[in-house]
Amino acid sequence: MARHAKPRLAVWKFSSCDGCQLSLLDCEDELLAVAGAVEIANFPEASRAIGKGPYDLSLVEGSITTPHDAERIHRVRRLSKFLITIGACATAGGIQALRNFHDVRSYISAVYPSPEFIETLSKSTPISDHVKVDMELRGCPINKYQLVEILSAILNKRKPGISSHSVCIECKRRGTVCLMVAQGIPCLGPVTHAGCGAICPSYNRGCYGCFGPKETPNTESLAAQLTVLGVSDPDIVRARGRAPHPDQGA
Amino acid sequence: MPGNDSHHRSATFESERLQSLLDAVQSRGYEILGPRVRDNTIVLDRLSSITELPTGAGAEQNNARFRMTSRPDQAFFSFTVGAQSWKNYLHEPTLRLWSARRDQNGFQIDANQSLPRKQAFVGVRPCELNAILALDRVLLHGVSADSAYRSRRENTLIVAVDCGVAGGTCFCTSMGTGPRASSGYDLALTEIIEGDRHYFAARAESELGAEILDGIPHSVPTEAERAAAENVVARAAGQMGRSVNTTSIRDLLVRNPSHPRWDQVATRCMTCGNCTMVCPTCFCTTITDVTDLTGEHAEHRRLWDSCFTLDYSYIHGGAVRSSAKSRFRQWLTHKFGTWFDQFGQSGCVGCGRCITWCPAGIDVTEELAALREGNPPGTSPPIGKETPRGIA
Repeated sequence: MARHAKPRLAVWKFSSCDGCQLSLLDCEDELLAVAGAVEIANFPEASRAIGKGPYDLSLVEGSITTPHDAERIHRVRRLSKFLITIGACATAGGIQALRNFHDVRSYISAVYPSPEFIETLSKSTPISDHVKVDMELRGCPINKYQLVEILSAILNKRKPGISSHSVCIECKRRGTVCLMVAQGIPCLGPVTHAGCGAICPSYNRGCYGCFGPKETPNTESLAAQLTVLGVSDPDIVRARGRAPHPDQGA
Repeated sequence: MPGNDSHHRSATFESERLQSLLDAVQSRGYEILGPRVRDNTIVLDRLSSITELPTGAGAEQNNARFRMTSRPDQAFFSFTVGAQSWKNYLHEPTLRLWSARRDQNGFQIDANQSLPRKQAFVGVRPCELNAILALDRVLLHGVSADSAYRSRRENTLIVAVDCGVAGGTCFCTSMGTGPRASSGYDLALTEIIEGDRHYFAARAESELGAEILDGIPHSVPTEAERAAAENVVARAAGQMGRSVNTTSIRDLLVRNPSHPRWDQVATRCMTCGNCTMVCPTCFCTTITDVTDLTGEHAEHRRLWDSCFTLDYSYIHGGAVRSSAKSRFRQWLTHKFGTWFDQFGQSGCVGCGRCITWCPAGIDVTEELAALREGNPPGTSPPIGKETPRGIA
């Protein structure tokens, strides 16, 4: 297909650690191809040259945690033809969503010497709670191959190969033996969204669920099995992440 | 693959001659694949020496549990089946079917040119041998005939090994698939340890198997050795961990889509797909197209798929089987029931992998027994005679 002008790409940061944006710079082998295929118009992490909007594609990292964020995301949406959220913060609220189960004011006074200067929201929320999101890439951080895949798919107007099944299927396809069954190592793979390529189990470490829940996760059943493996109740509650503990009153 | 001749030959050879057998296979251009200890379990991998076999290794298997154990003897094959099945080498997890390059006139298609390598499977268990024969019925003939499978299969030599022990999750005797290899192999071995003597009783079914056996030092089996070989498999049959009542099992499943047991098992099923990945007969795949950023190069890839994913039953408007209940019921009903309609046999060979490797510890033998409760065989009205479909 003939492309007249290169599509314009923008990368935006909200509350996050920048790790997912770095995945784009981490594309090393593919980076020149990315730069060749799109005009990187707005990517402060990589360049101070900022091209004005609108943009064909926006990659949004981070969650919404401040009143300023909550306004700015609407401007990003207005400037973007296609908006993809990248990473656990943008798709689920991230680690900072731990505040959602507590009173954020107690954290602010514990962390900052002058809490009166801190303007923050009581909850950390995913981008999709605020604006329409066209597609989400999971992970903490995202998988760079999935990022290149989604860019390739958009550029070539095809369906991206992003699956929402379990990590287990990725383990089996790559020949990694189940850690839970063979060694009794607790693993969140059966309820976790695929996409990382099952990295942790291939290094003999249980999946800790950084891609978030897969389609139709049965965390009750996994919790029962983790109990059999000797995992304590508080650890199971933590592993289940966004499921609040009864005495924390979400 | 077994030939059509009626060449049968039996022999015995001492255990150290197993290396000569591997050498004889290797010298004919075959890459040897067999069981090895890795990742705290037994996997299938390349072998060049008998020292790489899981010598003296045993395995304790139970629901959601596999643990290596050690044995007092130097047996090579005193475990049952490991984490992977031979389908990994006949029906690979990922396969590039073709690639394409853009040119002035559109696209240039490059077929997958990789030449099939000759591969020898050493240590194929009787259940697994039956699983390969079940895959043959699906993938060699008829509507789902697959050229990639055929080229692998036609270049595969099979050295089966009868089972001398049964695993905790085995039920091959119920499914009529073991513990003795009956046919479909090039060579079948029975490993026998009697006091200080460690030897193999061998049977050749194909011409090639007979030729290989002929080429290594062996003797004609005595009556006592034949009896010892029979005792080995009888011992395994006696140890069988589980069983399935297969009487009218197809009808039992087809008649009971509303059995309350499906709701119970759905509370445990995590729809993770592990059972289908480890099953030696689950053959479903999905296709994905990949392009590079420039769009100059594209690939058409095939990946193992699972009926436990939502995408598997996705049609316009959503997934047909959205609940765990419907997905588990589909899998079990197909595996033990409607497989007969499609392929004229059961889809289960009783290897027990789905029980061992289910992270929730779901036991198909237990589920089938529960489905039979309140459904004694012969008391239900007969249903329409099944018509085989999909096989030529």
